[in-house]
Amino acid sequence: MNSLKKLFGGNTRQFGMIFALIALVVFFQWQTGGKTLTSANMMNLFNGNSYILILAIGMVLVIIAGHIDLSVGSIAAFAGIVVAITIRDWGIPWYLGIVVGLLLGALIGAWQGFWVAYVGIPAFIVTLAGMLLFRGANQFVGKSNTVPVPREFQYIGSGYLPEVGPATGYNNLTLLLGFFLVGVVIYNELKLRRRLQRVGAETTEAWVSVLKLVLVSAAILYATYLFATGRPGTSFPVPGLILGVLVIIYGFISNKTITGRHVYAVGGNRHAAELSGVKSKRVNFLVMMNMSILAALAGMIFVGRSTASGPFDGVGWELDAIAAVFIGGAAVTGGVGTVVGSIIGGLVMAVLNNGLQLLGIGADMTQIIKGLVLLIAVAFDVYNKSQGKPSITGLLTRNFGNRPRSGPPAAAQQPAPAEQGVGTKGIISHDV
Amino acid sequence: MDHHTILEMRSITKEFPGVKALADVSLTVSAGEIHAICGENGAGKSTLMKVLSGVYPHGDYQGSIVFQGEEVRFRDIRSSEAAGIVIIHQELALIPELSIAENIFLGNEPTRFGVIDWDQINSSTLELMARVGLSEDPTTKIKDIGVGKQQLVEIAKALSKSVKLLILDEPTAALNESDSQHLLDLMAGLRAKGITCIMISHKLNEIEQIADSITIIRDGRTIETLHVRNDGVDEDRIIRGMVGRSLDSRFPDHTPNIGETFFEVRDWTVGHPSVADRLVCKGSNFHVRRGEVVGFAGLMGAGRTELARSIFGRSYGNFKSGRIFKDGKEVVLKSVPQAIDHGLAYVTEDRKSLGLNLLDDIKATTVSANLRKITNGLVVDRDQEFTVAEQYRKSLRTKTPSVNEGISKLSGGNQQKVVLAKWMFTDPDLLILDEPTRGIDVGAKFEIYGIIQKLADQGKGVIVISSELPELLGLSDRIYTIFEGAITGELARGEANQESLMRLMTASRKSA
Ligand SMILES: Nc1ncnc2c1ncn2[C@@H]1O[C@H](COP(=O)(O)OP(=O)(O)OP(=O)(O)O)[C@@H](O)[C@H]1O
Ligand SMILES: [Mg+2]
Repeated sequence: MNSLKKLFGGNTRQFGMIFALIALVVFFQWQTGGKTLTSANMMNLFNGNSYILILAIGMVLVIIAGHIDLSVGSIAAFAGIVVAITIRDWGIPWYLGIVVGLLLGALIGAWQGFWVAYVGIPAFIVTLAGMLLFRGANQFVGKSNTVPVPREFQYIGSGYLPEVGPATGYNNLTLLLGFFLVGVVIYNELKLRRRLQRVGAETTEAWVSVLKLVLVSAAILYATYLFATGRPGTSFPVPGLILGVLVIIYGFISNKTITGRHVYAVGGNRHAAELSGVKSKRVNFLVMMNMSILAALAGMIFVGRSTASGPFDGVGWELDAIAAVFIGGAAVTGGVGTVVGSIIGGLVMAVLNNGLQLLGIGADMTQIIKGLVLLIAVAFDVYNKSQGKPSITGLLTRNFGNRPRSGPPAAAQQPAPAEQGVGTKGIISHDV
Repeated sequence: MDHHTILEMRSITKEFPGVKALADVSLTVSAGEIHAICGENGAGKSTLMKVLSGVYPHGDYQGSIVFQGEEVRFRDIRSSEAAGIVIIHQELALIPELSIAENIFLGNEPTRFGVIDWDQINSSTLELMARVGLSEDPTTKIKDIGVGKQQLVEIAKALSKSVKLLILDEPTAALNESDSQHLLDLMAGLRAKGITCIMISHKLNEIEQIADSITIIRDGRTIETLHVRNDGVDEDRIIRGMVGRSLDSRFPDHTPNIGETFFEVRDWTVGHPSVADRLVCKGSNFHVRRGEVVGFAGLMGAGRTELARSIFGRSYGNFKSGRIFKDGKEVVLKSVPQAIDHGLAYVTEDRKSLGLNLLDDIKATTVSANLRKITNGLVVDRDQEFTVAEQYRKSLRTKTPSVNEGISKLSGGNQQKVVLAKWMFTDPDLLILDEPTRGIDVGAKFEIYGIIQKLADQGKGVIVISSELPELLGLSDRIYTIFEGAITGELARGEANQESLMRLMTASRKSA
């Protein structure tokens, strides 16, 4: 146990979340007789969930700022149909189609951000309206029909890294990507050790770092191997690549930039943030707008994958994204959460979905199980917090971003405990 | 007054992760007395009271509690209240949107046939309010009455629970002198009726005035218990127990070095944020010189905070008219970021709702008003953040295991130090401090006064708003008095004393 602790930076909790994910994968690998960790299934997993994970990135920022967005599924569908129609009817090339989609997302986001930030209507209401509005707009524009998109456009939803270079028997770009990642991981660990030494903090022993690096690298290389050896013509999926890039960008923004800090500050205590010189309206506007842009992107990726845009695209996505964020340790009351945590939360749900499907369990049972997992994961978190222990999901995922934040004020501060509790009250009453 | 013991806490030890807040503390309280608990910030006073009142349930701490001759093991606040122990926390716990009556009976509503009996609630509320000397309509919302009255509502609420032992954690910290006096009188009245009180306070003059005995806690240990009548206790004696040495003077020696006027406000008029036609600042004129500490005296609600906040980027009220000059040039400060850019800093009196993000940690809070200073390109530099926070932790002597600790885990006084650090780090030209020593212990007050004087010596201007007149008198080079939104007087050091200030604070300009 002690060595385990050392391995994960002296904090066993830090690793609980990843551990849950690995345990799930191992469990399904065993139960499905090896059908989980195959090239085809891993690609499937990424292709089929990347758009939800992309939504989760935007959603966690919205939730940290103390809001919620229920309209993402409708916006995704609306952006999808508009792009599909403009490409078909105006004959613009696919990449301009993407630009149109992103611009439309920005426009819709500005609309919603305006109501939330500058008029002061709770995001719950604004986006509930948006959910109806843009679903209707999707069906109005598309006349409730399905509109196909050209082959090139489908690349962003179902494409793979191309074959280049010498024939190695593997997909070369995927290999390069894998090696690059391993390099980055090693570099970061070395940098961290140097930093800790410089600040004079206690560094772990060298063997701990080495073991950690070996394990992480092995995992990456194994995944690389799976992706690089799929059916001919397949490799690491493009949506996965887009997701990876977004995670890095948003992880960086939320952790390391002033804007990111301001999002946490506004969600934690809006008035205090304002008196510290934070432009809270602008922050609220930006997170809402950003969410809609990402929703449009997710919508386009989905359209690319399903080869056509339809009137019921994106139904229920908001719930999947919100679930991912809360499993990932965010608090309904705002101020707490991380991008990486939400991605892991989303992956837990995705692996669960996928594994249950492979086991041939019906959609009915799958929903029941997913519902229970969400409830139990968050209940566990709340219980831990009310016990004064730091939140499991929260703490450990926080540490990914290297942003250790304290738990909520000890429940003891106030007679009413569990203020961090999850409930709709927080959603509705927040930030009027 | 009989002298039998009502409460005995034996060898209480309470640990938080990484902190031993209480190490073997014992406390004995006689029935019918007012027992004060003194100690520096973070000594463990609030924690001890939370143990007593069941906030930290039995099993969460070691040691035993004997109340009225029986060992008690409270599971939660309700069970301690059932036994007659009621705590009023350091931070008030009333619900602003509910009425006085609703707050008093919250969680305790009398019912008839399962329906809330409003007639009874209202009539009992009137009775309880009479007992604490409060005359308001029971249906008035809490947010519409001042802090002083809110404190009385808390006590009325405690009385509604047939309290035997009342615990007050810094009850007068947010009150002005007359409200405090009223509260102390009320406590004396409760004592006469046989209710025992435990009171935590950093205002030693109050303790000297009202307490029968005093237990001093330092670093989570009981140092001594003093009996006021027998032991001839005075403030200096208490201080000696608290800090382990005597403080020769409450204010550091200091010779001001005052330069030219660099900040001036003219004809400053501000309307109430929600009530049209009501003015909270009425054509105020004042100025601050370099190296000068300027005090603002006034009663609660006189408009000192409103004035300060409206100058700080119009963060309060409806700006009507007025001009600000800094270094001879007119500046327009329409938003807080602009005010900060022009070298203003404002430390709020209400740290919990306006000053701090309780979810954050110490180091992030310390740098939060000046992130740009530690940002290279795009990236907020964590090493620098840590170093900066560490510097302020040392210079302000904030009591915490590390600056990585969450704000919510600090004691009240130590939270205040972090707020101060946050604004000192913006390196302001004009630092406005609104009740800067609220809830801060004597030793730390001395340090903060020293810091204020040092900032002044660097050529900055400091404005101090305080309800403690001795503090204003000891610290300020010049004092303005405010009454109902208007500046009624200006007194230089030497001319100002308690009486002259009081007269100007309660009278309009004409009679001054
Ligand atoms: N929930 C908590 N988690 C961790 N540490 C805590 C917690 N509550 C209090 N502490 C620590 O316990 C110690 C005692 O705190 P306490 O609030 O009892 O101080 P206090 O004597 O009331 O101080 P003050 O005069 O500033 O109110 C402090 O060091 C504080 O940081
Ligand atoms: Mg306290």
